[in-house]
Amino acid sequence: MRISLFITCYNDTLFPEIGIATVRVLERLGHTIDFPYAQTCCGQMHYNTGYQPEAVPLVRRFVEVFRDSEVVCVPSSSCVTMMREHYEKIAVASGDKVLQSEVAALLPRVYEFTELVVHRLGVEDVGAVYPHRVTYHSSCHSLRNLHLGDVPIRLLRNVRGLKLIPMEAGDLCCGFGGTFSIKNPDVSGAMLEEKLQYIQKTQAEVCTACDNSCLMHIGGALHRQRANMRTEHIATILASDSEFRVPSNGAR
Amino acid sequence: MSTLPTHDFKDSRSPDFPAAALPLLQDTQLRSNVRHATGVIQAKRAHVVGEMPDWQALRDAGQRIRAHTLEYLDFYLEQFEQRCSAAGGHVHWALDAAEANHIVIRLAQNSTGRVIKIKSMTTEETGLNRALEAAGISPVETDLAELIVQLGHDKPSHIVVPALHKNRHQVRELFSRTMNLPDLGERPEDLAEAARLHLRRQFLSTPVAISGANFLIAETGGVCIVESEGNGRMCLTLPRKLISIAGIDKIIPRFQDLEVMLQVLPRSATGERMNPYNSLWTGVHPGDGPEEFHIVLLDNRRTEVLRDPEARETLHCIRCGACQNACPVYRQTGGHAYGSVYAGPIGAILTPQLAMMERGQSLPYASSLCGACYEVCPVKINIPEILIHLRGRVVSGRPKALRALHPEAVVMRTMQWIFSNSTRFSLAQRSGRIAQRPWIRRSGWIEKLPSVLGGWTRTRDLRPLPAQSFREWFHARHRESPLTSNRPEAHHE
Repeated sequence: MRISLFITCYNDTLFPEIGIATVRVLERLGHTIDFPYAQTCCGQMHYNTGYQPEAVPLVRRFVEVFRDSEVVCVPSSSCVTMMREHYEKIAVASGDKVLQSEVAALLPRVYEFTELVVHRLGVEDVGAVYPHRVTYHSSCHSLRNLHLGDVPIRLLRNVRGLKLIPMEAGDLCCGFGGTFSIKNPDVSGAMLEEKLQYIQKTQAEVCTACDNSCLMHIGGALHRQRANMRTEHIATILASDSEFRVPSNGAR
Repeated sequence: MSTLPTHDFKDSRSPDFPAAALPLLQDTQLRSNVRHATGVIQAKRAHVVGEMPDWQALRDAGQRIRAHTLEYLDFYLEQFEQRCSAAGGHVHWALDAAEANHIVIRLAQNSTGRVIKIKSMTTEETGLNRALEAAGISPVETDLAELIVQLGHDKPSHIVVPALHKNRHQVRELFSRTMNLPDLGERPEDLAEAARLHLRRQFLSTPVAISGANFLIAETGGVCIVESEGNGRMCLTLPRKLISIAGIDKIIPRFQDLEVMLQVLPRSATGERMNPYNSLWTGVHPGDGPEEFHIVLLDNRRTEVLRDPEARETLHCIRCGACQNACPVYRQTGGHAYGSVYAGPIGAILTPQLAMMERGQSLPYASSLCGACYEVCPVKINIPEILIHLRGRVVSGRPKALRALHPEAVVMRTMQWIFSNSTRFSLAQRSGRIAQRPWIRRSGWIEKLPSVLGGWTRTRDLRPLPAQSFREWFHARHRESPLTSNRPEAHHE
């Protein structure tokens, strides 16, 4: 299958290894990856911060770039949530009938990464090897908006050598919330502090999730506290095998 | 003497949420009380909700009843007025808080100079206690938690459990001091007994009671109040005169709708299968209960909320407080940070609307949009969706001259400009790599950022932009191995 990758603006800029890992997993499963360079951002930041009219051109851009794609893979639950929960409404509000029909036609072909692998490609064992203790943080968008349920867990269970450690209070938000963490840094920090107690209690080596935004938040605090744990996006774990380690771009 | 909340959402002043939250975040006792109490209620709720096979169907039914009611609100309000009057009740209409208080004060005059009260958020909303005191009438709160709030000159911090921010040691200290009971124990039974003795005389000697309402039943003209302590039942039956205040949104069409409401409300609010006391009355009946019954129907800008189709759902609320217990923001700050009698997620959408978006503009932003509130709401109010909508109203409601120059608006416009062209985006990524250099510490991370971003780095480090973006990696890889199948750099611009 020819899979178009929407890497998302912040993964592209801050976490390129997630894209590399996503490509690795999908190619290992025998698929061809297409990366349309014209892509930029889904518009979530504008939309959720109250700049809804400013999000319209970004929605239009996404649709124009991907309208001919067979399948779109997005390694970020929150960006897929933006599309599924708001794109139709944005298109209707814009009054553009063509945009409305294009959004309606494209959305069913847009998948979050783990959802694509399990639900669309029908694979639960991607042939990964990752001999580490891992705990999974179900981000709010994965859990309550995309209803991923145990989809990511099923993938992790099939990784050789991986020991999955369950986390208490798994449905508790980490406090990131996009611009929320900028506008309410102290409350956001207090939420993170509570979440970290549950994360660290697992004594895992790695905390993973389907959203790098949460992981940036959690990982930032783990690094500040010089904690003996790091964060890795689920794509990184699923890409790891005996021959391949995802290059680490940042200091971790 | 009272520090109870101000009576008008529009005129009152309180600091923005982030500033109001700061001292509360430093109050470790308060935070521990709030976390403990919300945790206990949440666990009870989860248990009694979990045993209902048709919970989602009940939520759907609750939502439909509320949506239907609001769509035909004028009809049901008039029907209620007519049926309640026919049963001997007196119906009063109040446009705003001041008018409601005025009506109540006029009706509440009595020789004892006192009224007994059942916990009512609506009277908190109107600031009734302060108005009564100004008119020389002492309100006596008879709900245990409201009594704690009143004796401590405090403010309620939760819709259902107003003194949730206090623990029993603090309550013991308060009761011991204000009721002059030096030997008071601190077991819940001791505290309840002290309150019972304190209130018993008031119940028996006060001729006027004031209540709110959980539901107004249009079909019968009846009123429903649910409670846990029995103080409500005393207030509803013993005094000669009963005055109830209710928002116009409290209507339900039929008596049978209670079938749904009295299942979802107690399970969501207190984690009980049903409330210990369920009181229903219709007008007056000679020899049974109060001789005189008045109901004040309060608008206080609820009709303004109705006018916005995107946010109208806010009025579906049946004041169960489940969203507050589930909210990870509320769990950290408690209710006082919201500067309103309505705290937590529902407060974050209701308060600014009741203030006609002239106050409380920081409240729609006091949420990480985690969706826990929507998940537990018994009438399925999509609170995150309304929060986002209200953020849009905050931005578009800024004074025209300032709108374009607002720093946040400038950032958002710039980002949109960057995202509107992928070459521009690529250039911005490269510029960012250069611009960040002075901020990268020896650890290889960013540990301190200036101005608005400084809040983030107070407790978290930030990984810097890596040397290569994904699009650069992909482009390089494509050039190296032409066999990798890729669309050529089809620039969209």
